Amino acid sequence: MSDSTDEVRSYTLRLELVDEPGELLRALEPIASNGGNLLSIFHERGNVTPRGHIPVEVDLEATPERFEAIVDAVRDAGINVIQAGAERYSETLTVVISGHLIDSDLSDTLSRIQESTNATVTDLSLSAPEGTEDASSARIRLATEQGAADGVMETVRDLAAEKELRVIEPLAAGGDL
Amino acid sequence: MRLAVLGAGAVGSSVAELAADYGHTVTAYADSQSAAVDPDGVDVAGAIDRKATDGIVGDADPGEAVAGDYDVLVEATPTTLGDAQPGFGHVEAALERDRHVVLANKGPVAERYADVRQLERASEGSVLFEATVGGAMPVLSTIADFDPEHIDAVRGVLNGTANFILSRMSAEGLGYEHVLAEAQDLGVAEADPTFDVDGTDAALKGVIVANVLADDGEEYTLDDADVEGIEDIEGSALELAAEDGRTVRLIAEVADGEVRVGPRLVPENAPLAPTGTRNIVQLETEHAGRLNISGRGAGGPETASAVLADVGRLPEL
Repeated sequence: MSDSTDEVRSYTLRLELVDEPGELLRALEPIASNGGNLLSIFHERGNVTPRGHIPVEVDLEATPERFEAIVDAVRDAGINVIQAGAERYSETLTVVISGHLIDSDLSDTLSRIQESTNATVTDLSLSAPEGTEDASSARIRLATEQGAADGVMETVRDLAAEKELRVIEPLAAGGDL
Repeated sequence: MRLAVLGAGAVGSSVAELAADYGHTVTAYADSQSAAVDPDGVDVAGAIDRKATDGIVGDADPGEAVAGDYDVLVEATPTTLGDAQPGFGHVEAALERDRHVVLANKGPVAERYADVRQLERASEGSVLFEATVGGAMPVLSTIADFDPEHIDAVRGVLNGTANFILSRMSAEGLGYEHVLAEAQDLGVAEADPTFDVDGTDAALKGVIVANVLADDGEEYTLDDADVEGIEDIEGSALELAAEDGRTVRLIAEVADGEVRVGPRLVPENAPLAPTGTRNIVQLETEHAGRLNISGRGAGGPETASAVLADVGRLPEL
Protein backbone atom coordinates (compact mmCIF):
# COMPACT_ATOMS: atom_id res chain seq x y z
CA MET A 1 0.00 0.00 0.00
CA SER A 2 1.19 3.46 -0.79
CA ASP A 3 1.78 5.93 2.01
CA SER A 4 0.81 8.90 -0.10
CA THR A 5 -1.17 11.45 1.85
CA ASP A 6 -3.39 11.89 -1.18
CA GLU A 7 -4.87 8.45 -0.75
CA VAL A 8 -8.52 8.39 0.23
CA ARG A 9 -9.24 6.03 3.10
CA SER A 10 -12.30 4.95 5.03
CA TYR A 11 -12.64 6.14 8.62
CA THR A 12 -15.14 5.78 11.39
CA LEU A 13 -16.06 8.53 13.79
CA ARG A 14 -17.92 7.68 16.97
CA LEU A 15 -19.76 10.67 18.31
CA GLU A 16 -22.10 11.41 21.19
CA LEU A 17 -24.88 13.84 20.47
CA VAL A 18 -27.07 15.78 22.83
CA ASP A 19 -30.69 14.76 22.27
CA GLU A 20 -31.82 18.02 20.67
CA PRO A 21 -33.20 18.86 17.24
CA GLY A 22 -30.57 19.76 14.67
CA GLU A 23 -27.66 18.13 16.54
CA LEU A 24 -27.05 15.44 13.93
CA LEU A 25 -26.96 17.99 11.13
CA ARG A 26 -24.56 20.15 13.14
CA ALA A 27 -22.24 17.15 13.54
CA LEU A 28 -22.29 16.24 9.87
CA GLU A 29 -21.88 19.68 8.38
CA PRO A 30 -18.14 20.01 9.21
CA ILE A 31 -17.49 16.65 7.55
CA ALA A 32 -18.94 17.72 4.22
CA SER A 33 -17.45 21.21 4.33
CA ASN A 34 -13.96 19.77 4.93
CA GLY A 35 -14.04 17.44 1.96
CA GLY A 36 -15.12 14.20 3.61
CA ASN A 37 -17.33 11.79 1.72
CA LEU A 38 -20.07 10.41 3.99
CA LEU A 39 -20.55 6.67 3.58
CA SER A 40 -23.07 5.88 6.29
CA ILE A 41 -24.53 7.11 9.52
CA PHE A 42 -25.66 4.79 12.26
CA HIS A 43 -27.83 6.71 14.66
CA GLU A 44 -28.52 4.65 17.76
CA ARG A 45 -31.65 6.56 18.69
CA GLY A 46 -32.86 3.97 21.21
CA ASN A 47 -29.51 3.48 22.87
CA VAL A 48 -28.82 6.41 25.15
CA THR A 49 -25.50 6.66 27.00
CA PRO A 50 -25.41 7.00 30.81
CA ARG A 51 -24.98 10.75 30.27
CA GLY A 52 -28.19 10.84 28.26
CA HIS A 53 -26.41 11.29 24.95
CA ILE A 54 -27.10 9.44 21.74
CA PRO A 55 -24.23 7.48 20.19
CA VAL A 56 -23.75 8.01 16.48
CA GLU A 57 -21.31 6.27 14.25
CA VAL A 58 -20.27 7.90 11.01
CA ASP A 59 -18.34 6.16 8.25
CA LEU A 60 -16.62 8.44 5.80
CA GLU A 61 -13.90 8.59 3.22
CA ALA A 62 -11.20 11.22 3.19
CA THR A 63 -7.47 11.63 2.73
CA PRO A 64 -5.56 11.34 6.06
CA GLU A 65 -4.87 15.07 6.00
CA ARG A 66 -8.48 16.02 5.47
CA PHE A 67 -9.61 13.53 8.09
CA GLU A 68 -7.56 15.38 10.74
CA ALA A 69 -9.15 18.64 9.69
CA ILE A 70 -12.59 17.03 9.87
CA VAL A 71 -12.05 15.76 13.42
CA ASP A 72 -10.84 19.21 14.51
CA ALA A 73 -13.81 20.92 12.88
CA VAL A 74 -16.29 18.52 14.49
CA ARG A 75 -14.72 19.13 17.90
CA ASP A 76 -14.73 22.89 17.29
CA ALA A 77 -18.46 22.66 16.64
CA GLY A 78 -18.80 21.41 20.23
CA ILE A 79 -19.55 17.80 19.32
CA ASN A 80 -18.20 15.09 21.58
CA VAL A 81 -15.88 12.87 19.52
CA ILE A 82 -15.50 9.54 21.33
CA GLN A 83 -13.29 7.90 18.80
CA ALA A 84 -11.73 9.07 15.59
CA GLY A 85 -11.08 5.72 14.04
CA ALA A 86 -7.77 5.11 12.42
CA GLU A 87 -9.03 1.63 11.71
CA ARG A 88 -9.87 0.99 8.18
CA TYR A 89 -13.22 -0.58 7.37
CA SER A 90 -12.54 -2.26 4.12
CA GLU A 91 -14.80 -5.29 4.08
CA THR A 92 -18.53 -5.40 4.18
CA LEU A 93 -20.67 -8.38 4.85
CA THR A 94 -24.40 -8.77 4.68
CA VAL A 95 -26.37 -11.23 6.80
CA VAL A 96 -30.07 -11.89 7.20
CA ILE A 97 -31.36 -12.95 10.60
CA SER A 98 -34.85 -14.29 11.23
CA GLY A 99 -36.91 -15.19 14.26
CA HIS A 100 -38.39 -13.31 17.17
CA LEU A 101 -36.16 -10.32 16.56
CA ILE A 102 -38.16 -7.79 18.50
CA ASP A 103 -38.84 -10.01 21.52
CA SER A 104 -35.15 -10.91 21.60
CA ASP A 105 -34.21 -7.20 21.62
CA LEU A 106 -32.88 -6.33 18.17
CA SER A 107 -31.18 -3.21 19.48
CA ASP A 108 -29.25 -5.29 22.03
CA THR A 109 -28.31 -7.78 19.28
CA LEU A 110 -26.88 -5.00 17.13
CA SER A 111 -25.02 -3.29 19.96
CA ARG A 112 -23.48 -6.56 21.01
CA ILE A 113 -22.29 -7.31 17.50
CA GLN A 114 -20.60 -3.91 17.46
CA GLU A 115 -19.20 -4.19 20.98
CA SER A 116 -17.69 -7.63 20.69
CA THR A 117 -16.18 -7.13 17.26
CA ASN A 118 -14.79 -4.05 15.62
CA ALA A 119 -17.53 -4.20 13.03
CA THR A 120 -19.99 -1.42 12.55
CA VAL A 121 -23.58 -1.74 11.39
CA THR A 122 -23.89 0.40 8.28
CA ASP A 123 -27.34 -0.62 7.10
CA LEU A 124 -30.39 -2.26 8.59
CA SER A 125 -33.63 -3.36 6.95
CA LEU A 126 -36.44 -4.97 8.89
CA SER A 127 -39.38 -6.97 7.59
CA ALA A 128 -42.10 -7.98 10.00
CA PRO A 129 -45.01 -9.06 7.81
CA GLU A 130 -47.01 -10.58 10.67
CA GLY A 131 -46.40 -7.74 13.11
CA THR A 132 -43.65 -7.43 15.64
CA GLU A 133 -44.77 -10.28 17.89
CA ASP A 134 -44.37 -12.89 15.18
CA ALA A 135 -41.26 -14.05 13.39
CA SER A 136 -39.58 -11.28 11.45
CA SER A 137 -36.34 -10.86 9.52
CA ALA A 138 -33.62 -8.25 9.35
CA ARG A 139 -30.92 -7.66 6.79
CA ILE A 140 -27.80 -6.20 8.35
CA ARG A 141 -24.80 -4.81 6.56
CA LEU A 142 -21.61 -4.74 8.57
CA ALA A 143 -18.39 -2.97 7.77
CA THR A 144 -15.29 -4.50 9.20
CA GLU A 145 -11.54 -4.45 8.90
CA GLN A 146 -9.79 -6.42 6.23
CA GLY A 147 -9.54 -10.05 7.31
CA ALA A 148 -11.85 -9.69 10.32
CA ALA A 149 -15.02 -10.93 8.61
CA ASP A 150 -14.66 -14.53 9.81
CA GLY A 151 -14.45 -13.40 13.42
CA VAL A 152 -17.49 -11.15 12.98
CA MET A 153 -19.49 -14.03 11.50
CA GLU A 154 -18.47 -16.19 14.45
CA THR A 155 -19.89 -13.57 16.84
CA VAL A 156 -23.12 -13.24 14.86
CA ARG A 157 -23.54 -17.04 14.90
CA ASP A 158 -22.99 -17.24 18.66
CA LEU A 159 -25.41 -14.40 19.35
CA ALA A 160 -28.02 -15.95 17.07
CA ALA A 161 -27.65 -19.30 18.83
CA GLU A 162 -28.06 -17.62 22.21
CA LYS A 163 -31.19 -15.76 21.09
CA GLU A 164 -32.57 -18.66 19.03
CA LEU A 165 -32.44 -16.68 15.82
CA ARG A 166 -31.70 -18.08 12.42
CA VAL A 167 -28.78 -16.64 10.46
CA ILE A 168 -28.47 -16.72 6.71
CA GLU A 169 -24.80 -16.10 6.13
CA PRO A 170 -23.18 -14.66 3.05
CA LEU A 171 -21.55 -17.31 0.94
CA ALA A 172 -18.03 -16.65 2.07
CA ALA A 173 -17.65 -14.21 4.92
CA GLY A 174 -16.36 -10.97 3.47
CA GLY A 175 -16.20 -12.35 0.00
CA ASP A 176 -18.20 -10.82 -2.78
CA LEU A 177 -19.08 -13.95 -4.72
CA MET B 1 -17.64 -54.99 -19.79
CA ARG B 2 -20.02 -57.31 -17.98
CA LEU B 3 -22.07 -55.49 -15.36
CA ALA B 4 -23.85 -56.69 -12.23
CA VAL B 5 -26.39 -53.97 -11.42
CA LEU B 6 -27.60 -53.92 -7.83
CA GLY B 7 -30.62 -51.77 -7.14
CA ALA B 8 -33.73 -51.62 -9.30
CA GLY B 9 -34.81 -48.04 -8.56
CA ALA B 10 -34.65 -45.11 -10.98
CA VAL B 11 -30.84 -45.21 -11.28
CA GLY B 12 -30.32 -49.00 -11.30
CA SER B 13 -33.01 -49.63 -13.90
CA SER B 14 -31.66 -46.81 -16.11
CA VAL B 15 -28.12 -48.23 -15.92
CA ALA B 16 -29.44 -51.67 -16.89
CA GLU B 17 -31.51 -50.22 -19.76
CA LEU B 18 -28.73 -47.98 -21.14
CA ALA B 19 -25.81 -50.43 -20.68
CA ALA B 20 -26.16 -51.98 -24.15
CA ASP B 21 -26.05 -48.48 -25.70
CA TYR B 22 -22.58 -48.09 -24.22
CA GLY B 23 -21.42 -51.52 -25.39
CA HIS B 24 -21.80 -53.35 -22.08
CA THR B 25 -23.65 -56.52 -21.10
CA VAL B 26 -25.75 -56.81 -17.94
CA THR B 27 -25.01 -60.25 -16.51
CA ALA B 28 -26.91 -59.71 -13.26
CA TYR B 29 -29.69 -57.36 -12.18
CA ALA B 30 -30.95 -57.41 -8.61
CA ASP B 31 -33.19 -55.61 -6.15
CA SER B 32 -33.22 -56.28 -2.41
CA GLN B 33 -35.44 -59.40 -2.75
CA SER B 34 -34.63 -61.00 -6.08
CA ALA B 35 -32.22 -61.20 -9.00
CA ALA B 36 -32.00 -62.06 -12.69
CA VAL B 37 -28.65 -63.68 -13.47
CA ASP B 38 -27.40 -64.78 -16.89
CA PRO B 39 -23.71 -64.87 -17.90
CA ASP B 40 -24.79 -64.36 -21.53
CA GLY B 41 -26.82 -61.26 -20.73
CA VAL B 42 -29.97 -60.67 -18.73
CA ASP B 43 -33.22 -59.81 -20.52
CA VAL B 44 -33.31 -56.31 -18.98
CA ALA B 45 -36.66 -55.22 -20.42
CA GLY B 46 -38.22 -58.47 -19.19
CA ALA B 47 -36.76 -58.02 -15.71
CA ILE B 48 -38.01 -54.42 -15.47
CA ASP B 49 -41.50 -55.51 -16.62
CA ARG B 50 -41.51 -58.31 -14.08
CA LYS B 51 -40.55 -55.86 -11.31
CA ALA B 52 -43.56 -53.72 -12.28
CA THR B 53 -46.02 -56.63 -12.45
CA ASP B 54 -44.77 -59.17 -9.87
CA GLY B 55 -42.52 -57.00 -7.67
CA ILE B 56 -39.45 -59.17 -8.40
CA VAL B 57 -36.82 -58.90 -11.13
CA GLY B 58 -36.18 -62.66 -11.48
CA ASP B 59 -36.10 -66.02 -9.73
CA ALA B 60 -32.55 -65.88 -8.45
CA ASP B 61 -31.39 -64.71 -5.02
CA PRO B 62 -29.68 -61.26 -4.79
CA GLY B 63 -26.61 -63.05 -3.37
CA GLU B 64 -26.20 -64.89 -6.68
CA ALA B 65 -25.91 -61.55 -8.46
CA VAL B 66 -23.04 -60.47 -6.18
CA ALA B 67 -21.31 -63.86 -6.59
CA GLY B 68 -21.96 -64.16 -10.34
CA ASP B 69 -19.89 -63.42 -13.44
CA TYR B 70 -19.16 -59.73 -14.00
CA ASP B 71 -16.31 -57.25 -14.43
CA VAL B 72 -18.00 -54.32 -12.71
CA LEU B 73 -20.43 -54.29 -9.82
CA VAL B 74 -22.72 -51.25 -10.07
CA GLU B 75 -24.00 -50.38 -6.59
CA ALA B 76 -27.23 -48.41 -6.98
CA THR B 77 -29.14 -49.48 -3.87
CA PRO B 78 -30.57 -46.73 -1.62
CA THR B 79 -28.04 -44.68 0.36
CA THR B 80 -27.82 -45.74 4.00
CA LEU B 81 -25.98 -43.97 6.82
CA GLY B 82 -23.73 -45.31 9.58
CA ASP B 83 -22.35 -48.72 8.53
CA ALA B 84 -23.64 -48.04 4.97
CA GLN B 85 -25.03 -51.57 4.67
CA PRO B 86 -25.94 -53.45 2.58
CA GLY B 87 -24.11 -51.30 0.00
CA PHE B 88 -20.77 -51.55 1.77
CA GLY B 89 -21.02 -55.37 1.91
CA HIS B 90 -21.56 -55.46 -1.86
CA VAL B 91 -18.48 -53.27 -2.42
CA GLU B 92 -16.46 -55.53 -0.14
CA ALA B 93 -17.60 -58.74 -1.85
CA ALA B 94 -16.78 -57.43 -5.34
CA LEU B 95 -13.34 -56.05 -4.39
CA GLU B 96 -12.39 -59.25 -2.58
CA ARG B 97 -13.09 -61.06 -5.85
CA ASP B 98 -10.86 -58.51 -7.65
CA ARG B 99 -13.79 -56.95 -9.52
CA HIS B 100 -14.35 -53.23 -10.16
CA VAL B 101 -17.03 -51.25 -8.33
CA VAL B 102 -18.98 -48.21 -9.54
CA LEU B 103 -21.13 -46.52 -6.92
CA ALA B 104 -24.31 -44.49 -7.28
CA ASN B 105 -24.99 -45.19 -3.58
CA LYS B 106 -23.41 -42.41 -1.48
CA GLY B 107 -23.26 -44.38 1.79
CA PRO B 108 -19.98 -46.30 1.42
CA VAL B 109 -17.90 -43.29 0.30
CA ALA B 110 -19.59 -40.77 2.61
CA GLU B 111 -19.61 -42.89 5.77
CA ARG B 112 -16.76 -45.42 5.30
CA TYR B 113 -14.33 -43.87 2.83
CA ALA B 114 -11.17 -45.18 4.49
CA ASP B 115 -12.55 -48.73 4.62
CA VAL B 116 -13.49 -48.58 0.94
CA ARG B 117 -10.04 -47.30 -0.02
CA GLN B 118 -8.33 -49.95 2.07
CA LEU B 119 -10.32 -52.72 0.37
CA GLU B 120 -9.52 -51.17 -2.99
CA ARG B 121 -5.76 -51.15 -2.27
CA ALA B 122 -5.88 -54.88 -1.52
CA SER B 123 -7.82 -55.58 -4.73
CA GLU B 124 -7.07 -55.73 -8.44
CA GLY B 125 -10.35 -53.87 -8.89
CA SER B 126 -10.94 -50.11 -8.67
CA VAL B 127 -13.75 -48.05 -7.16
CA LEU B 128 -15.28 -45.07 -8.97
CA PHE B 129 -18.21 -42.98 -7.75
CA GLU B 130 -18.83 -40.03 -10.09
CA ALA B 131 -22.62 -40.51 -9.85
CA THR B 132 -22.65 -39.87 -6.08
CA VAL B 133 -21.95 -36.13 -6.47
CA GLY B 134 -24.05 -33.98 -8.79
CA GLY B 135 -25.80 -36.66 -10.86
CA ALA B 136 -24.88 -36.22 -14.50
CA MET B 137 -22.27 -33.51 -13.86
CA PRO B 138 -18.60 -34.56 -14.15
CA VAL B 139 -17.56 -33.21 -10.73
CA LEU B 140 -15.29 -35.91 -9.31
CA SER B 141 -13.62 -36.70 -12.64
CA THR B 142 -12.87 -32.98 -13.11
CA ILE B 143 -11.38 -32.84 -9.62
CA ALA B 144 -9.32 -35.94 -10.47
CA ASP B 145 -8.16 -34.36 -13.75
CA PHE B 146 -7.11 -31.15 -12.03
CA ASP B 147 -5.60 -33.17 -9.18
CA PRO B 148 -7.20 -32.69 -5.73
CA GLU B 149 -4.00 -30.99 -4.55
CA HIS B 150 -4.66 -28.10 -6.91
CA ILE B 151 -8.24 -27.53 -5.81
CA ASP B 152 -8.57 -25.07 -2.91
CA ALA B 153 -12.32 -25.13 -2.39
CA VAL B 154 -15.48 -26.64 -3.80
CA ARG B 155 -18.92 -25.13 -3.31
CA GLY B 156 -22.21 -25.66 -4.96
CA VAL B 157 -25.90 -26.27 -5.13
CA LEU B 158 -26.11 -30.03 -4.83
CA ASN B 159 -29.75 -30.66 -4.08
CA GLY B 160 -32.33 -29.94 -6.76
CA THR B 161 -35.33 -30.26 -4.45
CA ALA B 162 -34.06 -27.65 -2.00
CA ASN B 163 -33.07 -25.37 -4.87
CA PHE B 164 -36.50 -25.70 -6.45
CA ILE B 165 -38.17 -24.77 -3.16
CA LEU B 166 -35.93 -21.74 -2.52
CA SER B 167 -36.13 -20.41 -6.06
CA ARG B 168 -39.96 -20.76 -6.15
CA MET B 169 -40.30 -19.08 -2.74
CA SER B 170 -38.09 -16.24 -3.94
CA ALA B 171 -39.74 -15.75 -7.32
CA GLU B 172 -43.37 -16.09 -6.21
CA GLY B 173 -43.25 -14.85 -2.64
CA LEU B 174 -44.86 -18.10 -1.50
CA GLY B 175 -44.36 -19.78 1.87
CA TYR B 176 -42.21 -22.84 2.52
CA GLU B 177 -45.05 -25.30 3.19
CA HIS B 178 -46.95 -24.17 0.09
CA VAL B 179 -43.96 -24.60 -2.22
CA LEU B 180 -43.00 -27.94 -0.66
CA ALA B 181 -46.52 -29.29 -1.32
CA GLU B 182 -46.28 -28.01 -4.89
CA ALA B 183 -42.88 -29.69 -5.33
CA GLN B 184 -44.36 -32.97 -4.09
CA ASP B 185 -47.26 -32.67 -6.56
CA LEU B 186 -44.78 -32.11 -9.39
CA GLY B 187 -42.68 -35.09 -8.31
CA VAL B 188 -39.71 -32.78 -7.63
CA ALA B 189 -39.82 -33.62 -3.92
CA GLU B 190 -40.38 -37.08 -2.55
CA ALA B 191 -43.21 -37.94 -0.17
CA ASP B 192 -40.60 -37.85 2.59
CA PRO B 193 -38.31 -34.96 1.59
CA THR B 194 -36.42 -34.91 4.92
CA PHE B 195 -32.89 -35.57 3.59
CA ASP B 196 -33.35 -33.02 0.81
CA VAL B 197 -34.62 -30.14 2.93
CA ASP B 198 -32.64 -30.76 6.13
CA GLY B 199 -29.36 -30.60 4.18
CA THR B 200 -28.34 -34.25 4.72
CA ASP B 201 -28.24 -35.14 1.02
CA ALA B 202 -26.13 -32.09 0.11
CA ALA B 203 -23.89 -32.76 3.12
CA LEU B 204 -23.23 -36.37 2.04
CA LYS B 205 -22.07 -35.04 -1.33
CA GLY B 206 -19.91 -32.42 0.39
CA VAL B 207 -18.39 -35.11 2.60
CA ILE B 208 -17.57 -37.25 -0.45
CA VAL B 209 -15.84 -34.26 -2.07
CA ALA B 210 -13.94 -33.58 1.18
CA ASN B 211 -12.76 -37.21 1.23
CA VAL B 212 -11.55 -36.94 -2.34
CA LEU B 213 -9.75 -33.63 -1.68
CA ALA B 214 -8.09 -35.06 1.42
CA ASP B 215 -7.24 -38.37 -0.24
CA ASP B 216 -4.94 -40.41 1.99
CA GLY B 217 -5.41 -37.73 4.61
CA GLU B 218 -8.21 -37.14 7.04
CA GLU B 219 -11.41 -39.15 6.66
CA TYR B 220 -14.76 -37.35 6.73
CA THR B 221 -18.20 -38.67 7.57
CA LEU B 222 -21.58 -36.99 7.86
CA ASP B 223 -20.84 -36.30 11.55
CA ASP B 224 -17.97 -34.00 10.53
CA ALA B 225 -20.24 -31.75 8.48
CA ASP B 226 -21.87 -28.62 9.85
CA VAL B 227 -25.38 -28.93 8.43
CA GLU B 228 -28.36 -26.60 8.42
CA GLY B 229 -31.45 -27.13 6.28
CA ILE B 230 -34.04 -24.90 4.69
CA GLU B 231 -37.10 -26.05 6.64
CA ASP B 232 -39.33 -23.21 7.74
CA ILE B 233 -37.13 -20.54 6.21
CA GLU B 234 -38.94 -17.20 6.53
CA GLY B 235 -40.42 -15.63 3.41
CA SER B 236 -39.45 -12.25 4.89
CA ALA B 237 -35.78 -13.32 4.83
CA LEU B 238 -36.01 -14.01 1.10
CA GLU B 239 -37.73 -10.67 0.56
CA LEU B 240 -34.99 -8.76 2.34
CA ALA B 241 -32.37 -10.62 0.35
CA ALA B 242 -34.15 -9.74 -2.90
CA GLU B 243 -34.33 -6.04 -1.98
CA ASP B 244 -30.55 -6.09 -1.83
CA GLY B 245 -30.08 -7.90 -5.15
CA ARG B 246 -29.46 -11.20 -3.43
CA THR B 247 -31.20 -14.49 -2.99
CA VAL B 248 -30.87 -17.53 -0.75
CA ARG B 249 -29.59 -20.93 -1.86
CA LEU B 250 -28.72 -24.12 0.01
CA ILE B 251 -24.97 -24.22 -0.52
CA ALA B 252 -22.57 -27.03 0.29
CA GLU B 253 -19.05 -25.76 0.84
CA VAL B 254 -15.82 -27.72 1.24
CA ALA B 255 -12.89 -25.49 2.18
CA ASP B 256 -10.06 -25.42 4.71
CA GLY B 257 -10.79 -28.97 5.80
CA GLU B 258 -14.39 -28.18 6.70
CA VAL B 259 -17.71 -29.24 5.23
CA ARG B 260 -20.53 -26.76 5.73
CA VAL B 261 -24.05 -26.89 4.35
CA GLY B 262 -26.68 -24.23 4.91
CA PRO B 263 -28.79 -21.51 3.36
CA ARG B 264 -26.50 -18.71 2.13
CA LEU B 265 -26.97 -15.27 0.68
CA VAL B 266 -25.76 -15.15 -2.91
CA PRO B 267 -26.05 -12.42 -5.53
CA GLU B 268 -29.24 -12.96 -7.55
CA ASN B 269 -27.49 -13.41 -10.88
CA ALA B 270 -24.50 -15.34 -9.60
CA PRO B 271 -23.68 -18.75 -11.05
CA LEU B 272 -24.38 -20.19 -7.60
CA ALA B 273 -28.02 -19.09 -7.79
CA PRO B 274 -29.49 -21.43 -10.40
CA THR B 275 -33.29 -21.70 -10.60
CA GLY B 276 -35.44 -24.79 -10.46
CA THR B 277 -33.86 -28.19 -9.90
CA ARG B 278 -30.60 -27.32 -11.68
CA ASN B 279 -27.38 -28.05 -9.81
CA ILE B 280 -24.04 -26.28 -10.00
CA VAL B 281 -20.60 -26.89 -8.60
CA GLN B 282 -17.88 -24.27 -8.45
CA LEU B 283 -14.26 -25.40 -8.15
CA GLU B 284 -11.73 -22.93 -6.81
CA THR B 285 -8.56 -24.04 -8.58
CA GLU B 286 -5.04 -23.08 -7.62
CA HIS B 287 -3.84 -22.03 -11.05
CA ALA B 288 -6.94 -21.67 -13.16
CA GLY B 289 -9.33 -19.57 -11.15
CA ARG B 290 -12.93 -20.55 -10.83
CA LEU B 291 -14.50 -23.35 -12.80
CA ASN B 292 -18.28 -23.87 -12.90
CA ILE B 293 -19.97 -27.12 -13.78
CA SER B 294 -23.73 -27.08 -14.02
CA GLY B 295 -26.39 -29.53 -15.08
CA ARG B 296 -28.87 -32.06 -13.86
CA GLY B 297 -28.00 -33.32 -10.43
CA ALA B 298 -30.52 -36.13 -10.20
CA GLY B 299 -32.78 -38.37 -12.24
CA GLY B 300 -32.52 -41.97 -13.49
CA PRO B 301 -30.96 -41.62 -16.97
CA GLU B 302 -28.90 -38.58 -15.86
CA THR B 303 -27.29 -40.40 -12.95
CA ALA B 304 -26.99 -43.59 -15.01
CA SER B 305 -24.97 -41.67 -17.59
CA ALA B 306 -22.44 -40.79 -14.87
CA VAL B 307 -22.32 -44.45 -13.78
CA LEU B 308 -21.69 -45.58 -17.37
CA ALA B 309 -19.02 -42.88 -17.84
CA ASP B 310 -17.25 -44.40 -14.80
CA VAL B 311 -17.56 -47.89 -16.30
CA GLY B 312 -15.89 -46.53 -19.43
CA ARG B 313 -12.96 -45.21 -17.37
CA LEU B 314 -12.16 -48.57 -15.82
CA PRO B 315 -9.28 -50.66 -17.14
CA GLU B 316 -9.85 -54.22 -18.38
CA LEU B 317 -9.26 -56.71 -15.61
